[in-house]
Amino acid sequence: MTWLLPMAIILPITGAALTLVASRRPRVQRAISVTIISIQLAVEVTMLVSVERTGPIVMHVGGWTAPLGVTLVADELAAFMLVVSTIVALAVLIYGISQGIADREVGPEVPISIFHPTFLILVTGISNAFVAGDLFNLFVSFEILLTASYVLLTSGGTKERLRAGAPYIVVSLLSSLIFLAAIAMIYGATGTVNMADLSVKLAALPAGIVAVLQAMLLVAFGVKAAVFPMSQWLPDSYPSAPAPVTAVFAGLLTKVGIYAIIRVQTLLFPTGSYGTLLMIAALLTMVVGILGAVSQSGIKRMLSFTLVSHIGYMLFGIALGSETGLGAAIYYVAHHILVQTALFLAVGLIERVAGTTVLARLGGLAAAAPILAILFFIPAMNLAGVPPLSGFLGKVGLFEAGIQDGRVLALILVIGGALTSLLTLYAIIRVWGRAFWRPAPEVTGRIEGDSLGTESGRSLAVRIRAQREAQKRVTHEKAAHLPIGMVGATTAVVAITLMMTIAAGPIYGLAERAAATLSDRSVYVDAVLDSGVPAPPGATQPAGGGG
Amino acid sequence: MTTNLVLALTIGGLFASGVYLMLSRNLIRVILGFLLAGHGINLLLLSTGTYGAPPIVGENTDGEQLSDPMPQAFILTSIVISLAVSTFLLAMAYRNYTVTKEPELEDDPENDEFADADAGAGEE
Repeated sequence: MTWLLPMAIILPITGAALTLVASRRPRVQRAISVTIISIQLAVEVTMLVSVERTGPIVMHVGGWTAPLGVTLVADELAAFMLVVSTIVALAVLIYGISQGIADREVGPEVPISIFHPTFLILVTGISNAFVAGDLFNLFVSFEILLTASYVLLTSGGTKERLRAGAPYIVVSLLSSLIFLAAIAMIYGATGTVNMADLSVKLAALPAGIVAVLQAMLLVAFGVKAAVFPMSQWLPDSYPSAPAPVTAVFAGLLTKVGIYAIIRVQTLLFPTGSYGTLLMIAALLTMVVGILGAVSQSGIKRMLSFTLVSHIGYMLFGIALGSETGLGAAIYYVAHHILVQTALFLAVGLIERVAGTTVLARLGGLAAAAPILAILFFIPAMNLAGVPPLSGFLGKVGLFEAGIQDGRVLALILVIGGALTSLLTLYAIIRVWGRAFWRPAPEVTGRIEGDSLGTESGRSLAVRIRAQREAQKRVTHEKAAHLPIGMVGATTAVVAITLMMTIAAGPIYGLAERAAATLSDRSVYVDAVLDSGVPAPPGATQPAGGGG
Repeated sequence: MTTNLVLALTIGGLFASGVYLMLSRNLIRVILGFLLAGHGINLLLLSTGTYGAPPIVGENTDGEQLSDPMPQAFILTSIVISLAVSTFLLAMAYRNYTVTKEPELEDDPENDEFADADAGAGEE
């Protein structure tokens, strides 16, 4: 089964090359990327089954054994994250193709269609990050996915996208530099970057040095995961991208950061140091994020703030450090990837039907597009944690772990989590009430309330009203003609979020087993260090092996 | 591993000036800052291993001290990544210049002109 492991990376990168070659043939490009990601999903499901049955899969690339070479490792957590992320990638790809994002880019302005290659490179980076067995490979995969995300975020090169993309790019660059500096210092202190090897060697270092190394890694990953003091870039940059791009970013990119934090906290620094600091950061991330969401007037920005806010829940589970907490956090990560993607895809549909995502201009969507209403309502309630959906199950798990922990701070976090959940419900209900339930014409009267006094204002109002009426008809028509692929992809993601509820037993069990593997580090460490060709210490490697 | 004060100061200086430049709104300065900070980190990587000794040649080393090849491999990778990222940044700076005729990024007055939060911002 070892050969399956690199396939998760080789498939999408090959796909990226092929789609680049076929850049003038959109239909071929589409066929290639959908096929490649479907095969990748099949491979990863097989891998998950295999990992469940026989333990972690380890591969030493090029035959160079563990502390020296590049090691790829898939334990339960990595395999689970691979499967979830590829499901999301496939759904978003189909949605994007259906929306025509890829085709519209071929024109005089853009010489070649770059959506498919870039998207596949993004998928490569994400997959590589999950299976990376050493810190430097993790850094490289971060760079792969970030560079692809820069291109996707600024695609089209309009003034708005450049303006929104620049802060994201600068912040990401800085966090990458911090990460690389951390790797340099870790290598200087221990002489290795292999995570299994590090977990043994870091224990022998003085506590002060370990604290510095851990802090640098946490800062670097915290920026990527949008943890509170370092989260301001996210709501500013995500909403300006096209809907499918925002959906895949929101679903996956921050979660890669969370995955890295889980890995580092459990494998490299299992002593639970910085637990208190992480808990405070989690609390602030939750509360500050959701207060931002409540005050937004655009759906996309509101959702970006809930994204930041709910990162706090995952961080809470990690900060507790207990097996229950980790299990709940892993389940919550999977739940949140799917729900956040579903919501952003649904918002893309709203934008297509109504032409805007500004709350003040929306209305009457429930009547105009009932299917869209359902597709938004289910993940929205799920995000808020309404029982019996998966968001509720994840939160219950986290609160249970928090109460088990018993520290005052953990209890405060439980209260903060419940409050955040209620405020999420409030923010979501506000969107639901305004965009879907209230009748559309009402908004027309309110918007022009101030300008009715003047003659020009009145004629303007009449004109705008006529426009509104016309738009209402268009809305109904557009809702009837939503592309089947967009609706289908969104429905699929929503259906999978429901699966997380219906099959919660087995999936939660999987998350708990993943947490158990993480807590018992020896499973991972032994799998990496003992597999492959057993070489006596000091034995020379065959020359010319290549890296 | 011995510490080298000059090297440490150089790394610190490069990193500090790099970060300072990256805080600017002028994209050209951002690129220069990224390159400077990147060089600082490459030096940091280099200084973590054994250096200033012959590299590994063949298999018979006669027990003499050798340079550590790992940091050099890291730096090589890091240089390649810097190349890709600075290419992208240059393209972005050029694009920004062609769109706005300014080397600096546009103002962002309360996000008023944004797709999502445009005319509806602040309206309750």
